[in-house]
Amino acid sequence: MGYTTVIKPKNKLFEVDLKEIWRYRDLFSMFVKRDIITQYKQTILGPAWFFIQPALTTIMYMVVFGGIAGISTDGLPQPLFYLSGIVCWQYFADCLNKTSSTFTTNQGIFGKVYFPRLIVPLSTVTSNLVRMGIQFLLFLAVYIYYLIVGASVAPNAYALLIPVLILMLAGLSLGFGIIISSMTTKYRDLTILFTFIVQLWMYATPVIYPLSTMSPKRQWIMALNPVTSILETFKYGTMGVGTFSWGMLGYSFAFMVVLLAIGIVVFNKVQRSFMDTV
Amino acid sequence: MTAIEFENISKQYRLGLVSTRTLSHDLNRWWKMNILGKEDPYLKIGEVNDRAHRGESEYVWALKDINFKVEQGDVLGIIGKNGAGKSTLLKILSKVTTPTTGTIKARGRIASLLEVGTGFHPEMTGRENIYMNGAIMGMTKAEITRKLDEIVDFSGVERYLDTPVKRYSSGMTVRLGFAIAAHLEPEILVVDEVLAVGDAEFQKKAIGKMQDVSKGEGRTVLFVSHNMGSISTLCKSGILLKNGSVSYFGNVNKCINQYISEGSQDATYFGNNFNNDVYYKQVSIINSKGVSSNTIAFNDRVGIQFELGINNYILNSTLSFTLYDSKLNAIFTSHNMLSNGSKSITAYLPTELLLAGTYYVKPILHVPNLRFLDNCDTLISFTIEDTGSEHSFYNRPDLGVINIVPQWLEN
Repeated sequence: MGYTTVIKPKNKLFEVDLKEIWRYRDLFSMFVKRDIITQYKQTILGPAWFFIQPALTTIMYMVVFGGIAGISTDGLPQPLFYLSGIVCWQYFADCLNKTSSTFTTNQGIFGKVYFPRLIVPLSTVTSNLVRMGIQFLLFLAVYIYYLIVGASVAPNAYALLIPVLILMLAGLSLGFGIIISSMTTKYRDLTILFTFIVQLWMYATPVIYPLSTMSPKRQWIMALNPVTSILETFKYGTMGVGTFSWGMLGYSFAFMVVLLAIGIVVFNKVQRSFMDTV
Repeated sequence: MTAIEFENISKQYRLGLVSTRTLSHDLNRWWKMNILGKEDPYLKIGEVNDRAHRGESEYVWALKDINFKVEQGDVLGIIGKNGAGKSTLLKILSKVTTPTTGTIKARGRIASLLEVGTGFHPEMTGRENIYMNGAIMGMTKAEITRKLDEIVDFSGVERYLDTPVKRYSSGMTVRLGFAIAAHLEPEILVVDEVLAVGDAEFQKKAIGKMQDVSKGEGRTVLFVSHNMGSISTLCKSGILLKNGSVSYFGNVNKCINQYISEGSQDATYFGNNFNNDVYYKQVSIINSKGVSSNTIAFNDRVGIQFELGINNYILNSTLSFTLYDSKLNAIFTSHNMLSNGSKSITAYLPTELLLAGTYYVKPILHVPNLRFLDNCDTLISFTIEDTGSEHSFYNRPDLGVINIVPQWLEN
């Protein structure tokens, strides 16, 4: 019988053991379950918080951005416009914030036992998906209400892209998150910088304003942000208003694939000995 | 068949704060290694890891050129002082960190028990945590379900199975954690000091389980502990680490002896509190000729000689001592009340009382239950050498401590 385990100082750069991750799939589902179960344990309202957060945020935006600042919503009912942006952006931001601290928050368990570290950010992105799904129901309820009332919303075939859009949000946040978390094991400055970058990032993404309010030149700059086209496509597909182009969406998709590949390679390299520097 | 092979394993750590000046170190290292093609400037060869002495480099070798092989089915005890490199070795083995140089090759799945109950989530129930913890250790859901009853039974927390773990006592948490780990089925099991926790009954159960695992099921176990008693009962071979290098590798009892003799003071103890009312001048082990020696033959007489000084005689001053065996189990204690003028006293042990081995004497100079008069802070060790007793014929490692010859009667 040959040696089945070999532990050596360095691995090759692209030696990512995907088979191993598959072998730990039960752990992955346990982590997802744990995240969901424990999030609202010992709270009175429990899962209702899933709805309360986006609902209150929407009301807030309606007062501040829609009311006081008077920013256009592309002719859409304000609750619908803000809610669609919030549900998507919140998912992206939540995943990003959580995955970007993978190493620092899990150092206790990582220091004791080995399992493929990538399982943790993967399960974070997945468990947040459940939360997003529930919030999406809220969006759907409001959406149906406006359909019945007869507001100017018209879904079209591009709504079928929604699963892809969600996948892209997941991929982008995972990619950014694991790169950041790999970089912050040694130099913590980035953690501080990053939490505030995420806050600002929202204003560089068409969450509270439609892309159509910008000049075509500015739109092009905005589209460099890979999240922009995802949000715009979402609004376009569900409500028929917004800016959509295959080129922009294709750019975001390619961006995600490259980012994810870099992220996994970097993460894989760092995970092997981060315990010494964290 | 070799189960695990360690080849030139070394591990370097940086002392002090990791987060300061690392960028400059990283840049310097990158410059020297990648551009100038030199060796890593921070890896100084030959520096020994000794936590008590200040080294020259900020970098230190926690492990240095570790080479050994463990046979399949062997239970290897890893011993050494704090900071000798035991935990680092286990961390590398369980893939928590990587070695700086060298390779470890192993046959089969390695599961490590660096701390039981790793990943227990306080908000989740015992049952949920069994699944969680088992999955972290690399078990599949189906495997855990198959063993759930056994695990629950072994841990003895059945009543609390659906209660969140945060309501458990610390003992229950440990029991549950060990129960899960004990039911893993890895070819190689790495255990670190888990037996130090839990009550006596559970420790016994845990040791029994570990013996079953290694004997009955032919698995290889690497076991780190400071408890020489459990090391000697569980392990066949031992490895002694000292400042990151292997100091002894082989038979477990020899390994333990080496560890103890390296760690203890031998021969004569010289007192240093000459201003106390009553104090030790010196304490030594003597043979029947009255010569101080720390190795005494089996059939010779062992005397423990106390030279005392009295500045101010205290009523009821008592000289006591406790004799310990090589695993630091107390064998007996004796007391002798001092009179004013007692200066040199020798306690002679009955001849042929002790079997071959190492023993320790701990003297106590006190007024019983009131105060200590002088403090002897080291154990005085001596060795009984078997120079031809009836036992020397039987080549067994552990014959016990006391030489008692029963009355053999034929009926």
